[in-house]
Amino acid sequence: MDVERDPVSGRETTGHVWNGIKELDTPVPKGVLIFLIVTHLFAFAWWILMPTWPVGQTYTKGILNTDQRTSVEKHLVDAQAGRAAWMKRIESENLEQIAADPQLMAIVRSTGHRLFGDNCAACHGINAKGGYGYPDLTDDDWIWGGDLETIAQTMRVGVNVEHPQGRTSQMPSFGRDGILDADQVSLAANYIYSLSHPKFVTAANRASVLSGREVFMSNCAICHGEDARGKRDVGAPNLTDARWIYGGDLDQIVETVHGGRQGHMPTWDERLSAADIKILALYVHSLSLPAP
Amino acid sequence: MILTLTEAERQIALGISVAVALGGLVLAAAGTQDTMEVHGWLILVFGAICAIVVIRDLWGPEPPRSRLESYYDEPIKAGIIASMAWAVVAMFVGVWVAALLAFPDLTFDGAWASFGRLRPVHTSGVIFGFGGNALIATSLHVVQRTSRARLPDQLSPWFVLVGYNLFCILAASGYLLGVTQSKEYAEAEWYADIWLVIVWVTYFVLYIRTLARRKEPHIYVANWYFMAFILVVAILHIINNLAVPVSLGHAKSYTIWSGVQDAMVQWWYGHNAVAFFLTAGFLGMLYYYLPIRAQRPIFSYRLSILSFWGITFFYMWAGSHHLHYTALPHWVQTLGMTFSVMLLVPSWASAGNALLTLNGAWHRVRDDATLRFMMVAAVFYGISTFEGSFLAIRPVNSLSHYTDWTVGHVHAGALGWVALITFGSFYTLVPSLWKRDTMYSPALVEWHFWLSLAGTLIYIFAMWNSGIIQGLMWRTYTEEGTLAYSFIDSLRAMYPYYIARTLGGLFFLIGAVIGAYNMWRTIRSAPSSAPVEGDVPLSAATAVARG
Repeated sequence: MDVERDPVSGRETTGHVWNGIKELDTPVPKGVLIFLIVTHLFAFAWWILMPTWPVGQTYTKGILNTDQRTSVEKHLVDAQAGRAAWMKRIESENLEQIAADPQLMAIVRSTGHRLFGDNCAACHGINAKGGYGYPDLTDDDWIWGGDLETIAQTMRVGVNVEHPQGRTSQMPSFGRDGILDADQVSLAANYIYSLSHPKFVTAANRASVLSGREVFMSNCAICHGEDARGKRDVGAPNLTDARWIYGGDLDQIVETVHGGRQGHMPTWDERLSAADIKILALYVHSLSLPAP
Repeated sequence: MILTLTEAERQIALGISVAVALGGLVLAAAGTQDTMEVHGWLILVFGAICAIVVIRDLWGPEPPRSRLESYYDEPIKAGIIASMAWAVVAMFVGVWVAALLAFPDLTFDGAWASFGRLRPVHTSGVIFGFGGNALIATSLHVVQRTSRARLPDQLSPWFVLVGYNLFCILAASGYLLGVTQSKEYAEAEWYADIWLVIVWVTYFVLYIRTLARRKEPHIYVANWYFMAFILVVAILHIINNLAVPVSLGHAKSYTIWSGVQDAMVQWWYGHNAVAFFLTAGFLGMLYYYLPIRAQRPIFSYRLSILSFWGITFFYMWAGSHHLHYTALPHWVQTLGMTFSVMLLVPSWASAGNALLTLNGAWHRVRDDATLRFMMVAAVFYGISTFEGSFLAIRPVNSLSHYTDWTVGHVHAGALGWVALITFGSFYTLVPSLWKRDTMYSPALVEWHFWLSLAGTLIYIFAMWNSGIIQGLMWRTYTEEGTLAYSFIDSLRAMYPYYIARTLGGLFFLIGAVIGAYNMWRTIRSAPSSAPVEGDVPLSAATAVARG
């Protein structure tokens, strides 16, 4: 227990030694004490202002008399009031009226971007260009129809989901369910492929493409139409263009004819407000128009 | 290693190993139809391997009486090796999950490789595998040296170390299988938790028994911190993991806490895991290895007292700052915030005490990368405790919460403080334990130091940027009063920072691999010819003479 004087600092040690480790008896620096007092004063002040200490069944409310629940409620009311002017017009005017108003459409585009990103982009992509299994919303190729009201309706009721007015679209699995045999599936797929690829037809395969056409007429035309341009009332896509949901390569078409397709789109009428659906319908519609 | 145990201890060790194996068999039998079966077999194999290791030397010669005149360092050596092995594995998984955030398709369509399963492997692997083994090893080293007493027996340190690693293996493998109770940093399920309680209580008793045998009149500061770490982690672990299994044949359990009480208990646990596992324990390391390496006395004993009691008292209240602006009552949030602010000065007092201890040894900091590891660790400790108190302030938290800023803050602490102080301590400890003059390659220690520092800085700068951008994007409104950005817009903005973060992590991982290699080569090198003097316990007689 020998107290020594440290030559570097000039301080005395405490006299404790542990395996060579010693300690200086330096007093706590003044700065530390001042800083300690400042942080405590800050805490005490905050306790006086804010709800803090539990007292039996209740707690000290603080002289500012604030509470996070009431303050968030006030923020919501204020935020709603800030949007009221244009929101009222979105709610009351019809889609065509809104679309004709450039000022409202500017709001639709900025708000729609955010709504689309949080609700639709997970499937259709942030740029709305879709992907495998999810249609492109920026082209003018619409499965259920591309006018404003039809887009809004598709969002409200969804596709292939439970909803009283829900849209249903079932592409049967022609091969797997034995409706067509493997040759017929292949013939039909070749014919469908030839519709968007005229050069596919050669003198050598003309006969087989024509027999594919027969398979098509008796099995596919009822939904996709004799001209294969699709029918919007049953959600059957146009097969003559170069736009495909599940891929337009020959083997992908074979896969689709063989296994069928039942895509889903959720209903949004209970998740989004009527005004939000209108904004989204207008926003999505505007994406398919040529850039202004 | 078994030969250092007495015959009686070997027999008990065999008994425990067999009991563990049988316990595994029971779990496997009860848990058919459930992922618990896999864990049952794993425990059975683990117990069987331990039994075989014991049996091989069961009838070997009794260790000599003279062993009592030296410290018992075998389990400490094993703990350092285990710690470095966990470091390399868990930091690799860390780089992987970082890459997953930038390139989400790296999951190979396997459920086990999904982000949600890999992330806890990383967090538990580094905190409990790397950090926990380092704490057990260094605490048992420090308590013997500062008490000038040998561990009271040879069996219990091995039980603690091996049993603890069984827990870590059960935890990490469980996450890959989808076994989790979904509590952050407490994901392991009920049977692993019960096992950890047994191990941890043994650890506590071992530590107390060693302190009771001390030949020094006073208990050194490092031991205060290690004791706080062991005691509080036991309390936290038991209370947060109180749960009811759906049946004794299922891994799944449900916590007894519900709703916001559950959230509060979880973050009381979570924050104090940071406080007592990742802070108090590592301060214990700092308080021993830094003055030893710097060859300087601690700057101020009084400051040590102030910071120890400040840290242990204030941290306990601070957990609710993780639940600002939630269903937690406002008054609980206020308490969490204000106590976090009052916590700042005791935290800084520790960092300051460490840095001021270096006065008179700054030339060593310049020349010695090992001491520099510890110096920079103290600086990062100061930075991250300031940042912690700052982020705990409610209005600041409204910007930072749920963003990458939190992730950056955690890594400023975990990389800059916890990992660097551990590496500094290991580089001090490895040559001394294995009786080598120096590390195999001092140049590689330098490489490790600069890679770690660069990696940490890249990581936290990336996360500061990404976190603040995220927070601002989430709260930016248009003139019309609607949010300007969708969530996915903010995600796209994170992309470059996620790549930078992966790179920073990779630097840190490479550093750790270099460190592990350097330690391995040191262990394999020839022992020093010069005998080490004085690194022995005090016998009762010399203690009396000194007293």
